[in-house]
Amino acid sequence: MTTASLNQHTDTRADNTGYNFAYLDEQTKRMIRRCLLKAVAVPGYQVPFGGREMPLPYGWGTGGMQVTATVIGSDDALKVIDQGADDTTNAVSIRRFFARTAGVVTTESTSEASVIQTRHRIPETPLSSGQILVYQVPIPEPLRFIEPRETETRKMHALQEYGVMHVKLYEDIARFGHIATTYAYPVKVNGHYVMDPSPIPKFDNPKMHGSPALQLFGAGREKRIYAIPPFTRVESLDFEDHPFEIQGWDQTCEFCGSDHSFLDEVVTDDEGGRIFICSDTDYCNQRLNTGASKEAV
Amino acid sequence: MYVAVKGGEKAIDQAHSWLDETRRGDTSLPELSVAQIREQMGLAVDRVMTEGSLYDPELAALALKQASGDVIEAIFLLRAYRTTLPRFLASCPVETNKMAIRRRISAAYKDLPGGQVLGPTYDYTHRLLDFTLLANGERPTTPPADETVGDCPRVLDFLNSEGLIERESVETEEPSDLTRQPLDYPANRDLRLQALARGDEGFLLALAYSTQRGYGRNHPFAGEIRQGEVAVEIAPEELGFPVIAGDIRVTECDMINQFSGTETEAPRFTRGYGLAFGNSERKALAMALVDRALRARELGEDVVSPAQDEEFVLAHCDNLDSSGFVSHLKLPHYVDFQSELVLLRRLRKEFEERKSGGQGPHAEPTAEPGLSDEPNENTQQLREANQA
Repeated sequence: MTTASLNQHTDTRADNTGYNFAYLDEQTKRMIRRCLLKAVAVPGYQVPFGGREMPLPYGWGTGGMQVTATVIGSDDALKVIDQGADDTTNAVSIRRFFARTAGVVTTESTSEASVIQTRHRIPETPLSSGQILVYQVPIPEPLRFIEPRETETRKMHALQEYGVMHVKLYEDIARFGHIATTYAYPVKVNGHYVMDPSPIPKFDNPKMHGSPALQLFGAGREKRIYAIPPFTRVESLDFEDHPFEIQGWDQTCEFCGSDHSFLDEVVTDDEGGRIFICSDTDYCNQRLNTGASKEAV
Repeated sequence: MYVAVKGGEKAIDQAHSWLDETRRGDTSLPELSVAQIREQMGLAVDRVMTEGSLYDPELAALALKQASGDVIEAIFLLRAYRTTLPRFLASCPVETNKMAIRRRISAAYKDLPGGQVLGPTYDYTHRLLDFTLLANGERPTTPPADETVGDCPRVLDFLNSEGLIERESVETEEPSDLTRQPLDYPANRDLRLQALARGDEGFLLALAYSTQRGYGRNHPFAGEIRQGEVAVEIAPEELGFPVIAGDIRVTECDMINQFSGTETEAPRFTRGYGLAFGNSERKALAMALVDRALRARELGEDVVSPAQDEEFVLAHCDNLDSSGFVSHLKLPHYVDFQSELVLLRRLRKEFEERKSGGQGPHAEPTAEPGLSDEPNENTQQLREANQA
């Protein structure tokens, strides 16, 4: 496991890094916690926060990192995924950052983690009460590509002026026969705010609904935080005659044979050969450990 | 069987050590010292300090060394350091009127009290490569005449005394700080100036240039550009009077712009303002032009051009925001891409089915309710829709 080597410094804590526990100073954490409380109190509402400059580039997870740094404690177990996988380079980089600055235990297991920072996926293993899922968000404003002005979109949210979003989805149907949004698919939270679930595939949208875990969203560059408290209603926008639907595959996972998880396509040769594998590496491994295989299915 | 690529961790470590080696370059050549960079790459140091919002020539030089001379990377290093620094107190506004002048020019007057002082400038150099420098030979320098520049009253004060230019409003409120509070629109001028001071020189230069070419023209004159040392004063509450914390070198630009007047107000010139650390004249000029352009709303002008559009300028002027978000395209997007693939294949399949179905004798009506009758979708449209 990669985690063992990362945690050699658990005992020495962050003292030898010259930085505060989990990098951010306590005043900043307090400011962010206040914003988080507001975000939880008003589900789906984008709370502006005094985002700090992080030692990783904007657009690479600085919002999620600030949220994680704020909620994490020394007894937490942190899991970091990117595209569902624990071993993608940016996930490795962020996990190392916290192993180094907070000395927390890191894990690849979804069920063992108390805090999970993610980019672009929600784990396949259902989350449980007490877990926190922190999303990295590039563009928090679901209306941004319809109305680029912040001054306008804030008003639209306040007035629940979401007709334009439905028009956009309808135009897709008129043109393609389908809603052509496949990721960052807009949702309505608790019957009020339309929210960008971050660029997760719409495949993951149903997992947000009524989740027992606390879901926190951090957008560092855009300086916004929002949240979905546990057991909150989250509906993907759709039409009566065009109900929301998720992607499906004709193939199954090459390793574990899963026919119900999100599959990544891997090109295996230059003649169009390809296989499909679970994007959630932990889920795939868990299945393999319990004896699942492509052949067994 | 194919095994999904593992070992991101090892790859990162290897990449970093290769980077260190590359940064050092040919080890048979002497290593650059931070002091050398600070002294001999001064303009780069000044830009890094300005956009890094931290006046520290040594750390800026270190950042440049560490970043292999990549200015934006160096700015990033400095900003990430700056953000961790505790704040003790805010300084008093610097008195640029009392600047120890190295350079001071006005394009509005031929001569003026204090005179035109060229100072160390590239302005009138002929841009011919100096092969003496290549041969490791420094031309013997004649030290500038030891002549202290006299009192330089501000050009804009001459105009002020006649009422020809708007008076700068004195804001007594504590200025905002966008590094602590999220930027909110509409932003006040203090916030705008802070954003511009930290903003990318290239972006501001292009915007400033666009105003000169008619996209929000504001008829500028470089009223005064001055460069030199100013004292930074702090006034701790328990002391009751200001003390000097240190000197910094700055470049300041006062732009005189087109006049405006109303029924009740006599016409007068308006102002644009630029201020940057060190010798950063291009930046200060560009900043002053964009500052003036962004005052369109306040001065009752139509906002029709990018440089006048506050949300457009402020949201996009920071080069760490922009370089971070553009470069994040290098991160994996397998999942989103896979989602698009799934949809695209499905659309193409349906398209083919419709096409072959339409040609056959028993043409099936399209299975999709609400689908346009014209089978004219193509991938281009799909691409556009998904980018939207």
